[in-house]
Amino acid sequence: MNMLKFLTAGSVDDGKSTLIGRLLYDTDSILDDQLEALQRSNRKNDDGTIDLAILTDGLKAEREQGITIDVAYKYFQTDKRKFIIADTPGHIQYTRNMVTGASNAGLAIILIDARKGVIEQTIRHSFLVSLLEIPHVIVCVNKMDMVDYDQQVFDKIVADYREMAAKLNLHDVNFIPVSALKGDNVGFKSDRMFWYEGKSLLDYLETVETHVDEDANYTRMPVQWVVRPQTDELHDYRGYAGKVLSGTFKLNDSVTVLPSGFTTTLDRIELFDKRPEEASAGMSVTLHLKDEIDISRGDILVKSNQPPIVSQLIEADLCWMDTKPLDPTHTYLIQHNSKVTRCKISEVLYKMQINTLEKLYDEEFKLNDIGRIVVKTAEPLAFDVYQQNKANGRAIIIDSRSNLTVGALMFRAAAE
Amino acid sequence: MSTKPDYLDELEAEAIHILREVAGQFEKPALLFSGGKDSITLVRLAEKAFRPGKFPFPLVHIDTGHNFEETIKYRDEMVARIGEKLIVGYVQDDIDAGRVVEQKGKNASRNQLQTVTLLNTIAKHQFDACIGGARRDEEKARAKERVFSVRDEFGQWNPKSQRPELWDLYNGKIHKGENVRVFPISNWTELDVWNYIRRENIPLPSIYFAHERDVITRNGQLMAASPFLNMDDEDIVQRKNVRFRTVGDMSCTAAVESYAFEIDDIINEISASNISERGARMDDKVSEAAMEDRKKGGYF
Repeated sequence: MNMLKFLTAGSVDDGKSTLIGRLLYDTDSILDDQLEALQRSNRKNDDGTIDLAILTDGLKAEREQGITIDVAYKYFQTDKRKFIIADTPGHIQYTRNMVTGASNAGLAIILIDARKGVIEQTIRHSFLVSLLEIPHVIVCVNKMDMVDYDQQVFDKIVADYREMAAKLNLHDVNFIPVSALKGDNVGFKSDRMFWYEGKSLLDYLETVETHVDEDANYTRMPVQWVVRPQTDELHDYRGYAGKVLSGTFKLNDSVTVLPSGFTTTLDRIELFDKRPEEASAGMSVTLHLKDEIDISRGDILVKSNQPPIVSQLIEADLCWMDTKPLDPTHTYLIQHNSKVTRCKISEVLYKMQINTLEKLYDEEFKLNDIGRIVVKTAEPLAFDVYQQNKANGRAIIIDSRSNLTVGALMFRAAAE
Repeated sequence: MSTKPDYLDELEAEAIHILREVAGQFEKPALLFSGGKDSITLVRLAEKAFRPGKFPFPLVHIDTGHNFEETIKYRDEMVARIGEKLIVGYVQDDIDAGRVVEQKGKNASRNQLQTVTLLNTIAKHQFDACIGGARRDEEKARAKERVFSVRDEFGQWNPKSQRPELWDLYNGKIHKGENVRVFPISNWTELDVWNYIRRENIPLPSIYFAHERDVITRNGQLMAASPFLNMDDEDIVQRKNVRFRTVGDMSCTAAVESYAFEIDDIINEISASNISERGARMDDKVSEAAMEDRKKGGYF
C-alpha cells in the first residue's frame, strides 16, 4: 500500500475543517471516544448536528476563535491507500503555515465557497500550489447545499477558475461540487447532484497516480552523517549516510562528490542488515565508495554523468516568512539539504502581487511576500532547478540572530 | 527502477533521515526512552541510522518510580543487548529534595511531576535536543506539532509561534538554554508502529500482551492494582485478562480487557477497536486542552 500526503487550502469559513471532518467521518476514522469528546465540546451546527470542524482545531485559541492557526496533520487509511492530511490555515497572516503544509504535499485540495466563487484567496492559494509545484489539484466547490445544488453555479466557478489558472503553471486540475456539511460527493457520490458525472473526492484521492519518475535523471544523495565505528574489527569502515533525494544509485556507478568534484565508484550500499544493489529516491541508506576521499556532512554525492548546477549566485523564488522584513544588508544562513552556509539576498528582482498575479518592483520583502531574488552564498551549492528536480532545488533561509526560519527558496537558475 | 517503496519503508526512511539530522545538527542530543513501543521503535530506527557505529546520543529514561516492573526489566535487558549508554532521571529524587510535591487523593499520579525531572535532567546534562516517540495521531495538540519543536529555556512549547517547517529541511538552530524536541515518528499512527514492530520482529515488554492481572475499575477504566494506586474500600480488586496499549506511570495507564497473546492478535484488536489509544490515559481527560497545557509547561 502506498501513501498520499495532501493539503487542504481555502479561506476562512470555506469549510476546510468540516471537509476534513467529513472525510474522516465517511471513512470511519473517528473513534468513539473522539466522537464523545466532540459531543462534550458543545459546538454545534445550526441544525444541531456535531461540528466536525473541531476535530482538526487542536489549539485552545483555534477553538475560541473558530479558525485554524497552524497546520494540523491528520491520518486515515482506506483499503486502497494511507493518507496524511495537512490542514492548513486560510488566513493571509498564516500563509507561511500553508507553505509549511504544502511543501510535502503530492496533491492540493482548494476549497471554494459556492456562494462566493473565485476570490482573492483562491488565487493566492492556487499561486502557492503552482509555486511549490504540487502535482495534482482538486478544486472542491463547497456549500453546494446553500445554492440548491445548482449546476450553473458550479459551471460558472469552474469557468472562472480555469481562466485564472491559465496564468499559473498548475498540473492536473479536477473539479468536484460538494457539501462537506451534508456529506455530498465527499466520501460518497451524491444523488442530489445527478448532473455531476465525476468521482467523489475520496474516489479521486484513492486513485490519483502518485508515482512520478521525473527525477530519474538527477541522482543525488546529500551526506548527513559519516558512519565511522572506529573499533578494532571495523577500523577502516567509513560509510556515508543519507537519504537519496532523487534518481537511483547502482553498484559500480561512477559517483562525483560535490563541491570538491572528486570522482570515484560506488562500492557498496547498506540498509542496516541488507546489501541492496541499488538505492533509489526516498531511501535512507549508507554508501561506501572505492576510494578514500575527504567527504563530510554537507557534501552531496551525485551520479557523475548527471551533474547538478554548482554556483554561489542563484536566482530563486522566495517566500518570506518572518515578521521582520528582509534586510538586504544582513548576512543570513542558507540551509540546502545538509549544508548550511552564509548568504545575502543580493538583489530583489520583483515581488508578486499575488491576488492579481502582477509583478511589483517594490523593494521591501515583508511577511508572506513572494517574489524572485538573487541569493549570494558564502560557499558554492550543488543544486537543481526546482521545476526539474524539487528535491534538490529548495532551501531555507535562517536568521542567525533569531534562529528562525525566515524564508523558503525555490531555485530557478544560476545567476550571472 | 526498483518497486515503489511500501509506506512502512517510506516512514522508516523519513525517521532515519530525521535521526541523522539530529546527529548532524546538535552537540548533545538524547533519546528519551520510556520503555513503551514508540520509543522501542525509535531505538530500532537509531540502529538502522547509525550501525555499525555507536549511537551519537545516550538513552534517557525519566523514571517515575511507579513503573511497571516489566518495563524496567525490558529496559535494562535492552540497554545491555544494544550496548548503548542509559541515563536515568528519578522523580523520587525531586520529591526527596522538595522540588516537587507528591499529589494527594484518590487519583494522584506522578505523571505531572515527570516534567520537572525531565527539565532538570535536560539542564544537568545540557541536552540541546531530545528525541521522543510522540506521534501526531495521538492527540489533537500533538497533531499541531512540528518534527523539530523548539522549547524555550523554561521548556515551554509555544504553539502560536512555531517555525515554518519546509520539505524535509529541519532547522535545529537554537540559543543557549533552549532545546529542541524531535519527533521522528510524527507521521506514524499506532497501527503503523505495530505493523513495523511485527515486520521487524522487535521484542516488547510483556505487558503489551494479554496476561492475567489484578485490576480495579475506576472512572470506567481498568487500572492495575498496585501499591502506587491510592485504593480504598470502594475499590474491588478483580482478576482479569488484560493488556496495555500504552506504557506510562502505573497510576495513570489503564488496561484493556484482551485475549491478544500475539502481535497479530494485537493488530487485529486495534484495527477493530473504536477507542483511541489515548482514550486509555486518565491524564488526557482532565480537560479538553489537557495535553496542550502540559506541553506548554514542558511536558513531552
